[in-house]
Amino acid sequence: MLIRPGIGDIRLIFYHIGKIIIIVGFSLLFPLFTAIFFQEKAPQIDFLFSFLLFLNIGLFLTLFFKIEKEIRWMHAMVIVSLSWLFMAILGAIPLYLSGHWGSFLDAVFEAMSGFATTGLTLAKDPEHLSMAHQMWRHLMQFIGGQGIVIMALSFLGKGLGGVFRIYIGEAREEKIFPNIIDTARFMWVLSIIYLLLGSFILGGILRLEGFSLKSAFFQGLFIFMAGFATGGFTPYSQSILYYHSFSFELATIFIMFLGMINFKLHYSLWTGNRKEFWRDIEIITLSFTIFSTFLLVAMGLSEKGIYPQAIALFRQGFYQLISAHTGTGYMTIYAKEFIKGWLGLAMVGIIIAMGLGGATCSTAGGIKALRIGLVFKAFLQDVKQLMQPDNTVLVEKFHHIRDFVLEDRYVRSAATIFLAYLILYFLGAIVGMLCGYPFLEALFESTSAGANVGLSCGITSPSMPTILKITYIFEMWIGRLEFVAIFTLWGFIIALVKGK
Amino acid sequence: MIKISKIKMHIKIQKFLKNFAFWIVILIFTFCILNFNCYAQPISSKELLENAQEYDGKRIIYQGEIIGEVIERKDSVWLNLLDGDFAIGIFLKKDILPQIKFIGGYKAKGDLLEVEGIFHAHCSEHKGELDIHAEKIRIVKEGFLKEEKISFLRKIWIKYLSLSSFIIFICIILRNFWKRK
Repeated sequence: MLIRPGIGDIRLIFYHIGKIIIIVGFSLLFPLFTAIFFQEKAPQIDFLFSFLLFLNIGLFLTLFFKIEKEIRWMHAMVIVSLSWLFMAILGAIPLYLSGHWGSFLDAVFEAMSGFATTGLTLAKDPEHLSMAHQMWRHLMQFIGGQGIVIMALSFLGKGLGGVFRIYIGEAREEKIFPNIIDTARFMWVLSIIYLLLGSFILGGILRLEGFSLKSAFFQGLFIFMAGFATGGFTPYSQSILYYHSFSFELATIFIMFLGMINFKLHYSLWTGNRKEFWRDIEIITLSFTIFSTFLLVAMGLSEKGIYPQAIALFRQGFYQLISAHTGTGYMTIYAKEFIKGWLGLAMVGIIIAMGLGGATCSTAGGIKALRIGLVFKAFLQDVKQLMQPDNTVLVEKFHHIRDFVLEDRYVRSAATIFLAYLILYFLGAIVGMLCGYPFLEALFESTSAGANVGLSCGITSPSMPTILKITYIFEMWIGRLEFVAIFTLWGFIIALVKGK
Repeated sequence: MIKISKIKMHIKIQKFLKNFAFWIVILIFTFCILNFNCYAQPISSKELLENAQEYDGKRIIYQGEIIGEVIERKDSVWLNLLDGDFAIGIFLKKDILPQIKFIGGYKAKGDLLEVEGIFHAHCSEHKGELDIHAEKIRIVKEGFLKEEKISFLRKIWIKYLSLSSFIIFICIILRNFWKRK
């Protein structure tokens, strides 16, 4: 029997959403300061207006919906899923006000793509966008990479009850420290340290590559924010190709790798436990999947013979592959080249890499290496078991932060999410096909949206059908939160309507 | 007499046809040369990207607004020219670069440049990049500074929102104060 949620449940959910809106609203001060620094008058108005709107909505919800009640699993999941939806809608406001997005839906698409660290864009003429709006686009990705709720947790501390449940709802499963607040704060501190170092390095490279000091600093900052968050937004429509620099590309490859690694492994590395890195099932799985998908891409490109030299094939092939596998979406080729030059094996390799994704508890999206490793290990265990005498029981272990015995519950959970992602990719592809796109192109774009990658073969544009825009928004949202929170929200809505 | 005039007419027609055929051949030849070596009209970025393999290694003319900045590399520079659809990287020697007045961005519409050079679908000099190596470059149209439009309505909204957030904030403080009491 479905139990209808009471008014207390709704108040609790909106009260906490209100708090999260206030915290995220304060991040609008960064683009506001950027607008002041660059003397961009219209964006100053846009961001001040948006900041006050965030503040009003947040304060209104905390004033009228305040309730002292324990957060249960259902509440936590609904808070997380609705927070992300609210952020996409509210975060779209300053974008829409700039006039660079054709409709409010396009701006919502951009904001969801930003927070979900996808990187697909519907911006018209981003080359003429203000620096303040560029700051907001890239900041959305940096915040979304760590997690909107993680951000709120870091600031609110004890003010948010049931924190562990909310933390899990945002597709995080591992605690670095016993306390979730400490874990959230560690993630943010680590990200900010990397941000300072990474921006300095990227800015330095750009300065050496002929960019002016101010431009090098801001470009380095933007590219790091979106790269570490495995987001993929760039200030220019040419993506990384704009910079015409091989050394810059190599630096961004390193940053994308950093973004795709589990935060707990970052902690191990920082505390000097380097052995841990090579023992982890995720790193072993990622090494294998990167190598095998690159092999597919390289074979596909060699067969086509479009690149004159091996270094060109490696530069373009490996870059696109790493960008796909880490879920970043930076490109050093034009979207049309995927169709014109890469169609076939190379494109299939990229689709597989996008679908697989990075590590759990990282900023990357997709199925995730841990799940792939577990399903693969379980399959191997079954084969080994068949080779043994009937009464033999094989015990398989895996190492992920610590040693685990491979139990059915782990495999079942991994296989369920694995399957759910595959269904998501194919459903999106079917909608794409219904809109008239060929299967491979529709699958490419759908996988890119569902796995929060951001590579595009040209389908994503302001002129694409509205139904496809909505489909991709849902894919990005569902893919980022890894299903459970969204399914709970649907369950919550059904219970509201049909419950007793 | 009639026969002679007919023959004369016939000869004239034949001469005319010969001349006509000659000029047609010249025209076709010229067209072919132009077609294979250089496209006299500017080609759009969309056309170049959709048919990159066909244009690979060909001399082309491309027009676009300069965006971002002039990226200096030793004795060469990189420019990115946007023609409305896509931006393409242009590589050229520093000494042929004209005096750029406006670069496209939020505050300015950049100078419209026309380049003539070789298009590379996968440039071997630049490790597979799609680019144009410009040999000639000129400013077709000077850019300009853009005026910012500031919405009066949004300014009024800011005042109302500031006031309402202040009121709600005071209400929250008062509520917490009464609860503690």
